[in-house]
Amino acid sequence: MPCRRSRPYRMGVIEMGHVTVNGIDIEVGPHEHINGIQAAHRAGVEIPHYCWHAGLSVVASCRMCLVESGRKNAETGEVSLLPKVVPACQTPATDGTVFVTDSEKVRAARQMVEEDLLLRHPVDCPICDKAGECSLQDYHFSYGREQRRADIDPFSSRRRPVGESVTLFVDRCVMCTRCVRFTREITGTNELMVINRGAHEEIDTFPGFPLDNKMSGNVVDLCPVGALGDVDFLYSQRVWFMKRHSGVCAGCSTGCSIHVEENQDRVYRIKPRENPHINQWWMCDEGRYGFKYVHDARRLTEPRQRDGETETTLTWDAAIARMDALVRSSQELVVVLSPFLTVEEAYLLATYARQVQPKAVISVGPIPCVGENETFPNGFTIRAEKCPNRRGVEEIASRFQGRLISWESVGDECGAQATVWFTGGYPEANGISSDEASRLAKNRTLIVQDLFASALSEHATLVLPSAAWVERAGSFVNAKDRLQSFTWAVRPPQGVQTEGQMLWRLAGRSGLYRPADILQELGREMSYFAAVLEEVPDTGVDLKLNQLASV
Amino acid sequence: MQSNDTRIKWVEEPQLGWAGRMYLPLVFGGLTTTARHLVSEKVTVSYPDEEPKLGNKLIYRGVHRLNRDEQGRVKCVACFLCATACPAHCIDILAAESPWEDREKYPQSFTIDELRCIYCGMCEEACPVDAIELTSLYNLTGRSREEMIFDKEKLLSVYDATKDSEPMQSKSLGGTL
Repeated sequence: MPCRRSRPYRMGVIEMGHVTVNGIDIEVGPHEHINGIQAAHRAGVEIPHYCWHAGLSVVASCRMCLVESGRKNAETGEVSLLPKVVPACQTPATDGTVFVTDSEKVRAARQMVEEDLLLRHPVDCPICDKAGECSLQDYHFSYGREQRRADIDPFSSRRRPVGESVTLFVDRCVMCTRCVRFTREITGTNELMVINRGAHEEIDTFPGFPLDNKMSGNVVDLCPVGALGDVDFLYSQRVWFMKRHSGVCAGCSTGCSIHVEENQDRVYRIKPRENPHINQWWMCDEGRYGFKYVHDARRLTEPRQRDGETETTLTWDAAIARMDALVRSSQELVVVLSPFLTVEEAYLLATYARQVQPKAVISVGPIPCVGENETFPNGFTIRAEKCPNRRGVEEIASRFQGRLISWESVGDECGAQATVWFTGGYPEANGISSDEASRLAKNRTLIVQDLFASALSEHATLVLPSAAWVERAGSFVNAKDRLQSFTWAVRPPQGVQTEGQMLWRLAGRSGLYRPADILQELGREMSYFAAVLEEVPDTGVDLKLNQLASV
Repeated sequence: MQSNDTRIKWVEEPQLGWAGRMYLPLVFGGLTTTARHLVSEKVTVSYPDEEPKLGNKLIYRGVHRLNRDEQGRVKCVACFLCATACPAHCIDILAAESPWEDREKYPQSFTIDELRCIYCGMCEEACPVDAIELTSLYNLTGRSREEMIFDKEKLLSVYDATKDSEPMQSKSLGGTL
């Protein structure tokens, strides 16, 4: 049966609408509701805008997207334009609509808007964190007047906090009200509002009710200028020094698509990446600010071996040899796959374990859970499962074992003399109590690989440092069975080898770790992952969809 | 491009005459230059016994200094434009919120690797508040590489040492102060 995606429309031929932007003809589907800005984007034409955002309601208040619009007579081909310019964000692009964005009238309108905005703008770009990614700057260079007609000196913006994590530079604001609409429409918390009228308009909060919700960081991304500042990121780095890497958030099992922004192997901030299937344009503050442990000085950075009371540091070559010897000489091997492993690493580890010990038990590590799932009015969910890849790892573990062995039952499953190989990647602590750890470690040989020292690593024969998620490459499967691949953003601290590279060496493969090869192998081996055999786009693939199709 | 391309203009090497083949005119030409320098005014100085005369000190490109504002605080606002413009990547700034009421951002640390610097003056050009300037101090010496990495205090002390002989140029050049 062919894949459903290959024939989206079941009924006959669909009449496509024709929209013209600057003489370029584009097609619009019958049930698509797009506006002039989106239609122009499709034609490769940029229409500047401040207040419009695809995820928010339309207010057409900034007037930056003014264009000429009209209709084309389908029979005669004659174009009749409206006498005045209209906001493109509010003009639907339906069949026969014509947009003109490069006429003299439009140019003059844009210049006027830019000039008006700059009349009251402090132009303190040198100390503004937004400089370099600011719409006001970009549009001024592209569409503004070459010279200022008003003689105004730059000044410092007034500043006041609007919440714990967000600060407001009052005079830099262009009153697009995106942030206000965000708190009204997306989070439903209504903290932000507009006070005063006309030229005295300002964003503010009601006294005693600061911006305090779990998605408040998004207002900083939404702000097209430098009015809303991220307190966490403020003044720590200029944006043009940072490199941006596509990634997947490991904060919870929602698996938001993100951009990791780093400079010289230090992560400075995390921003959401648009993905209509998962997080749309948003992400939660927990994920946004939850990367700090990556640069924690307490991280494990060298392989260590414990023999009775003595502890020695090993080189990686020695550690891998020791590891191999421990695994091969064990009477019984139990592998604990952490929900922080990528599917490639989990698969490599499971195949290696089964290769050297055909009876090895493959189980899943502890799943960190905090509170309950929290869903916002727009459907965005912050999940209680604080790990990125429970689904992927569980599928691999149960495929190898035939059934799912959870962390709770690992103690009962393994024999008294077993060698337990625990993989981690847990931020801060893996949540295993010292009682639990000593019970598990009793008479058994323990190999622990984790980011931080824990009760479990105290009892380990061999302790290996682990790489954090931003240092690894691979794929995560989120709670809704969507697989997303990502590459590493920063290099691990000195002395740390990524799990992938280590397992690649253990498995006797040559060269550098190539997660894409393993993902293909996984796609061929397990029907659950079959969807990855086609290309994995930036927005990920739905593994469930493929399973339905193959039934 | 082919050798028969019409856009190529081919030129012949000029034929040397009898005198040219003897090399004598060229030998005398060279000797004349030598003789002229023997009698003309000396441009070299026997440094370090004698200090060279600098032209306009205000446009000389020597050791950097960090200027102070009217209240004696560092003038720099930590905008990183000098570090961005620097072709040698020798400027390292750590910005922070300023402890002062009237200023938003200031450099918590500001270091210049004077060994790495190529003294091009781009930092001075880039600075929007005329905080970094190149002085006429050219005799820069040190006993170690670490000593040649100038921090904020050292750069401010260069200002204190040179502010009288080389006043801040911003006023005369239409700068911020």
